[in-house]
Amino acid sequence: MLLSAQEWGVVALSAKVSGVAILGVLPLAFALAFALARGRFRGRVLLDALVHLPLVLPPVVIGWMLLVAFAPAGPIGAWLWRLFGVTLLFRWTGAALAAAIMALPLMVRAIRLSLEAVDPRLEQAARTLGAGPWATFWRVTLPLCAPGIVAGAVLGFARSLGEFGATITFVSNIPGETQTLPLAIYAALQVPGSDATVLRLAGVAVLLSVLALVASELLARRQGGKGAHVL
Amino acid sequence: MSFDPAPSFDIDVVLARGQLEFPVRVAGGGGITALVGPSGQGKTSTLDAVAGLLRPLSGHIAVGGTVLFDAARGIDLPPERRAAGYVFQDLRLFPHLSVADNLLFGWRQAAPERRTLALDEVAGFLDIAPLLARRPHTLSGGEAQRVAIGRALLSGPRFLLMDEPLTALDPARREGVIALIARIRDAFALPVLLVSHQQDEVARLADAVVEI
Repeated sequence: MLLSAQEWGVVALSAKVSGVAILGVLPLAFALAFALARGRFRGRVLLDALVHLPLVLPPVVIGWMLLVAFAPAGPIGAWLWRLFGVTLLFRWTGAALAAAIMALPLMVRAIRLSLEAVDPRLEQAARTLGAGPWATFWRVTLPLCAPGIVAGAVLGFARSLGEFGATITFVSNIPGETQTLPLAIYAALQVPGSDATVLRLAGVAVLLSVLALVASELLARRQGGKGAHVL
Repeated sequence: MSFDPAPSFDIDVVLARGQLEFPVRVAGGGGITALVGPSGQGKTSTLDAVAGLLRPLSGHIAVGGTVLFDAARGIDLPPERRAAGYVFQDLRLFPHLSVADNLLFGWRQAAPERRTLALDEVAGFLDIAPLLARRPHTLSGGEAQRVAIGRALLSGPRFLLMDEPLTALDPARREGVIALIARIRDAFALPVLLVSHQQDEVARLADAVVEI
């Protein structure tokens, strides 16, 4: 499948936005998954609901919330501008933020499942062998759930590639800056006679999504053996 | 045979399991102390309490004069500072590590002065040298058992806890493990607290038998 230079630009921008989004949000996703899988604290149910909010809210609502918060006069936007002189509004970084938030619930779910699959008896064994809580985490817990973390990241990456509603609401649809794959398809659909472009970009979207799903499913199976699924 | 002349296991605790409370008293001499009794009476819980994996409701636990737990004095060493060589009934080998890395897991954590044994030595002693590159899931029951014992020995333990070391084995293998435990006691002079419900077999092995 041959793409025009402009179409390659769209794919490259999408990859950059999604890549930055996932790498940036991965530590947060892990921390949330760990708290939900292992934590026994007040407000756990509330946190669980909050994490899942992007999964059930209309994406346009998330986009609007980001717009309110990160606008130059908004609570976070004003602070970012004053301290660092940056804004996320109408920038690819804003697209990455929107993608990260929309991908978060899926990533937390996948990582949480893999953490819950780690046998606590193995962690006990590590403790009796002289490993403190941190050493046990690095040498037993983390390696055992690593495939789940990678699966969650791949799944989140696929979700980010498809992110549309929150992105277009928050950072608009600017070619070369915020026009990711779905936004480019949407833009092309508005122009008569660009069926070929739509077809090629849609083909890329299908290809990338299927690859990501298969990859994350294989990784989850490699960890858990029977009964381990991301999907 | 060189036994520790000081009392090895000095356990006087009340353990909780669900709604039930078990008082447990063990005053072991040197060598091998066997806990015997019907299942469900807290034998494994006792080993867990000595290893620091289960907090007793009250009482104290000391091994070889070192206090590991004392409710009255507020002492409760975490498991990693108790130097227990715990051979679990379900073995608990690390599935993501090779046999060699399993054996060295505790050794790598141990302070240099506690690394009294070397991998080659233990692998030779337990006859597991050919298995070092393999993963735990490829081992037979008897092989996995010996790897679990080796992992405990290499961690530089001050004492050994063994939970039903014979049940997972066929009769032919049992003789071998019984002889092995006797050799460990004699070669490494470690006090051993062992749980079994097979009275005859442990009676032959143990220097003291405690009924629970």
